[in-house]
Amino acid sequence: MIPTAFDYTKPATVEEAIAALSDGDSKLLAGGYSLIPAMKMRLTQPSKLVDISGIPSLKGIKEEDGEIVINAGTTHYEILTNDLIKNRLPFFTQAAGIIGDVQVRNRGTIGGSLAHADPAADWPAPVLAAEAIIDVKGTGGGRSIPATDFFTGLFSTQLLPDEIIVAIRIPVQEGARSVYLSFEQPASRFAIVGCAVLRKADGRVNIAFTGVSEAPFRDRGAEAVFDGKSWDTATIDTAVDAAIGEVDVLSDHFASSEYRRHLAKVYLKRALQALA
Amino acid sequence: MQIHVKVNGVEYKHDVEPRLLLVHYLRDVLRLTGTHIGCETSICGACTVHVNGKAAKSCTLFAVQADNCEITTIEGLAQNGELHPLQTSFKEMHGLQCGFCTPGVIMTAADYLKQNPHPTEEEIRTALEGNFCRCTGYQNIVKSVQLAAEKMSESKPVTKEKKEEVVV
Repeated sequence: MIPTAFDYTKPATVEEAIAALSDGDSKLLAGGYSLIPAMKMRLTQPSKLVDISGIPSLKGIKEEDGEIVINAGTTHYEILTNDLIKNRLPFFTQAAGIIGDVQVRNRGTIGGSLAHADPAADWPAPVLAAEAIIDVKGTGGGRSIPATDFFTGLFSTQLLPDEIIVAIRIPVQEGARSVYLSFEQPASRFAIVGCAVLRKADGRVNIAFTGVSEAPFRDRGAEAVFDGKSWDTATIDTAVDAAIGEVDVLSDHFASSEYRRHLAKVYLKRALQALA
Repeated sequence: MQIHVKVNGVEYKHDVEPRLLLVHYLRDVLRLTGTHIGCETSICGACTVHVNGKAAKSCTLFAVQADNCEITTIEGLAQNGELHPLQTSFKEMHGLQCGFCTPGVIMTAADYLKQNPHPTEEEIRTALEGNFCRCTGYQNIVKSVQLAAEKMSESKPVTKEKKEEVVV
């Protein structure tokens, strides 16, 4: 399968990339493991690819001013093997370790995954549960988008056509514990259901799902059950009952909406039990 | 546009169209046909090569993305006429039947054994989840990688406990 012809440019800075992106029907190329298959099937036919894999400022992970900063071009493998992430955000390590396969993890990037917004991608769940902020830059300057506002639907985000994700910032929550569990499609390893839970030191909880609906989401109904309650079996069961609620659950040849709804509750229960 | 790559230790310069896939560059331009094209959709892993030492699916990579990179294909594993321990192990343990997936499996395993020289059976199966085999049922592939790990390390393989779930 051969994509349609395109021009290729490899800028050295974010500013050069933004300039290249705002010129014609251009697309960003990072790892390429979502974009290139789509191009080969001619589902997308950009006139130009802007390869951002050579921009040094888009690489790396650091802790700064009470936040963990993951620059957008960091690969899943680099996140998986990073000790700071392992210690501070264990559910990011868990998510990184089950994305695709070794080859995909070696090339794919967190920024690429978030921008692509595949409804079955793993990253959105822990990113939402961790209260991450997504920093983007475009011709109009930079802005910071809370993850809860970022995802707008199927393969859709708040990103404008000339904007690039530069970093994902996650507030450090002392004493918080976290878990990410997913039920994977066995060939592609995409999440049929993915559930991320962050339990804060004061007992409050953030719950986020991916794979369940057209866009990933925080489950406020299930979270509210924990307000002022102790973490016992009854509270967990009530939260599991409350989960998903009125959400429009996806149905496809891998899982019907009834089965997906059931799986989401099973995985939420397992995640909550792991943190009890 | 012009690319400059080092493939199996040999430097090449070629003018390529941006849409030329790395696997087609390797097979059709360099005539290194050991790297196979399977599913063409980044699932099956038959086209796995090393790009700067890391396993990657060359059907989902444009040759221009590999500019200034070092690439190793299955043809580059043997050194001075000596097969790589993975290659001899696949032969000894019957790790292949039709052999179509084998170059990709071996390239993934070669990258993995660098990171984890003493893998458990379960770790090997997880490491190879991006490589599909439709003949063997994987049993002898896993045994081949285990044997190669033993050959590649002077000490006996360390038996590991099943890793705990990372829940903190």
